[in-house]
Amino acid sequence: MEAVQSSRRIMTGNEAVATGVKLSKVKVVSAYPITPQTTIVEKLADMVANGELDAKYIEVESEHSAMASVIASELTGARSYTASSSHGILYMHENLHWAAGMRVPLVMSVVNRAIGPPWSIWGEQTDTFNQKDTGWMQVYCESNQEAMDSVILGYKIAENKKILLPLMNMLDAFTLSHTSEPVEIRDEKTAHDYLGDLDLDFKIDYKNPAGYGSLVAPDGPFMEMKKDMRDSMYNAAGIIREEISNFNNLFEANLPGLTENFMMEDADYALITAGAISSTAKYTVRKLREKGQKVGLIRLYFYRPFPGEEILKAVKGLKGLGVVERNVSYGQRGPTFEDVVSALYRRADVPVRNYVVGLGGRDIRVKDYEKMFENLVEGDNEMEWINVGVK
Amino acid sequence: MPLTIPREELMLQGHTACAGCGATLSMRYVLKGAGEKSAVAIPACCWAVIPGEFPYTALKVPLIYTTFASAGASISGLREGLDAQGKEDYTVLAFAGDGGTADIGLQGLSAAMERGHNVLYVMYDNEAYMNTGIQRSGSTPYGAWTTTTPVGSKRDYKRENKKVVADLMIAQNVPYVATATIGFPEDLERKVAIAKSIKGPKFIQILSPCPPGWYYNSADTVKISKLAVETKVFPLYEYRDGKLKVYKPAKTLPVSEYLSLQGRFAHLREDEVEEVQKAVDERWESLLKKEQS
Repeated sequence: MEAVQSSRRIMTGNEAVATGVKLSKVKVVSAYPITPQTTIVEKLADMVANGELDAKYIEVESEHSAMASVIASELTGARSYTASSSHGILYMHENLHWAAGMRVPLVMSVVNRAIGPPWSIWGEQTDTFNQKDTGWMQVYCESNQEAMDSVILGYKIAENKKILLPLMNMLDAFTLSHTSEPVEIRDEKTAHDYLGDLDLDFKIDYKNPAGYGSLVAPDGPFMEMKKDMRDSMYNAAGIIREEISNFNNLFEANLPGLTENFMMEDADYALITAGAISSTAKYTVRKLREKGQKVGLIRLYFYRPFPGEEILKAVKGLKGLGVVERNVSYGQRGPTFEDVVSALYRRADVPVRNYVVGLGGRDIRVKDYEKMFENLVEGDNEMEWINVGVK
Repeated sequence: MPLTIPREELMLQGHTACAGCGATLSMRYVLKGAGEKSAVAIPACCWAVIPGEFPYTALKVPLIYTTFASAGASISGLREGLDAQGKEDYTVLAFAGDGGTADIGLQGLSAAMERGHNVLYVMYDNEAYMNTGIQRSGSTPYGAWTTTTPVGSKRDYKRENKKVVADLMIAQNVPYVATATIGFPEDLERKVAIAKSIKGPKFIQILSPCPPGWYYNSADTVKISKLAVETKVFPLYEYRDGKLKVYKPAKTLPVSEYLSLQGRFAHLREDEVEEVQKAVDERWESLLKKEQS
């Protein structure tokens, strides 16, 4: 009997992401190893050191410099990559705006971790929810497979000439980043052919000496440039739907659309989640379904562009919708809640509640989801903090 | 003496600099030496504005404008991105002011030099945040008035010494470090040529007099640049292969000749000018000692 080489491997989210970067034929990797970082960049350093990935590796001294350097390297026409986490993402915030404004189609992976003080290295999504307005596309992964696929798909979408905006793909700290799962490694040649080389119409070229990012006065095209970014992001939704479908066909992959509907047909009550906490939510939904409760889940895969149309369709007929946030905004409800309500405004008549969960790595248990569903049916209209103040 | 300055102009007319701008001459000479096959990173500074408004540019080289602290990281990215595509023949340079170099961008500069990229970092030093209206920087010299070190009844001029970034780069053992100024264009051109010939990190600090920031007649930029060297206020030196070489002017003058032309020093009393003279002499002696060691 002939042995068949399987392309399925057990790997952590960090390894899966690094493998996705390798499959994307990235030419420049730049990363700061702390604040905090993950083994993604160590894996990539190994790959470069062993000749598995033919790329330049810049060991920068900060995340601010990590982002500045990949903006520049991408603008020379070399596909570039960085990764960070938590405070590192906050530290590069200025250059996140700069990257999007320069229209360089970077991909960056972010392992979602809490923001201090007090110091916490555990899971939470406030770091990237704080970046939702920077002009980056954002995807939240539920599995290590998605974490790998989102890098490859990310470059395809970001480099689409009708979009040309950078993309960050998120994975929850530890739950994905440091946890091993079976992952199907995509065929290298297929991935290379799928992406091809980076082809920018604008780049550093002495024969065409342009100044990128130069001064624009109030009567110049400043607002037009910003509107073009907004339009490109808005129109990206349609392109992304198509590209996900292409990706799934080509790689026999199983990426959801901009959102994933789980047991939503005939559901009366549903939750909205993003990231790995969705798996526990799905388990709870299945359990409650077995008890005869008509519940379901909408999982956000893309958060920017915001999948308002998908959500509008999914909530038809619901009696209650709960938006679960693994991030915190002070003085107003959570950002996902606001985006959902805005998408549904005057178009759907469904009560929406908001649940804050899992900050600083706080566990989100099946009984917590059960409580949210109970609250949806019976509770008052307050925003609820789940699994808080319980010893 | 043969003319060594290339005729090719890569800085064009129509830029937006002030009359008599020293930083503009710095760019003009540096680009002549760097050549058209260059990639330039410019952080927030006067030169973020001087090339003009989008879509026009007064420079015939590709530019990337960067955030304030990002010059060092940006040239690192430019270099590695170009090299990754086999474009090793580009000259990659940063052109950054003293605030973006001595203050907010120092970490990025230091790290870029430490990593050893094949890049040239040019600091055009006009000794304060001039683009935003003359605020004190770490590179502002002792004694200078600025809008954040105003001369009032209780708080006075900058009391602290100039942070000389070239000396920091020497301390870091950067392969080639030089100071230069636009009053000595042949010397500046020679230094750019040397920098271009060395594969590795290079740093040149160019004193670039600023008429509106230093309060002098805009016709005097070259004169003041020369006086800075002749009074030893801004010594010209080079550091290469671990050796320091100091340029000794044929004639030297007292610092008062340099200070008295500039309104930013107008408040200094005679005894204070003497203090400046003493500090300048001490630094000069210490440089000569370092040269001999």
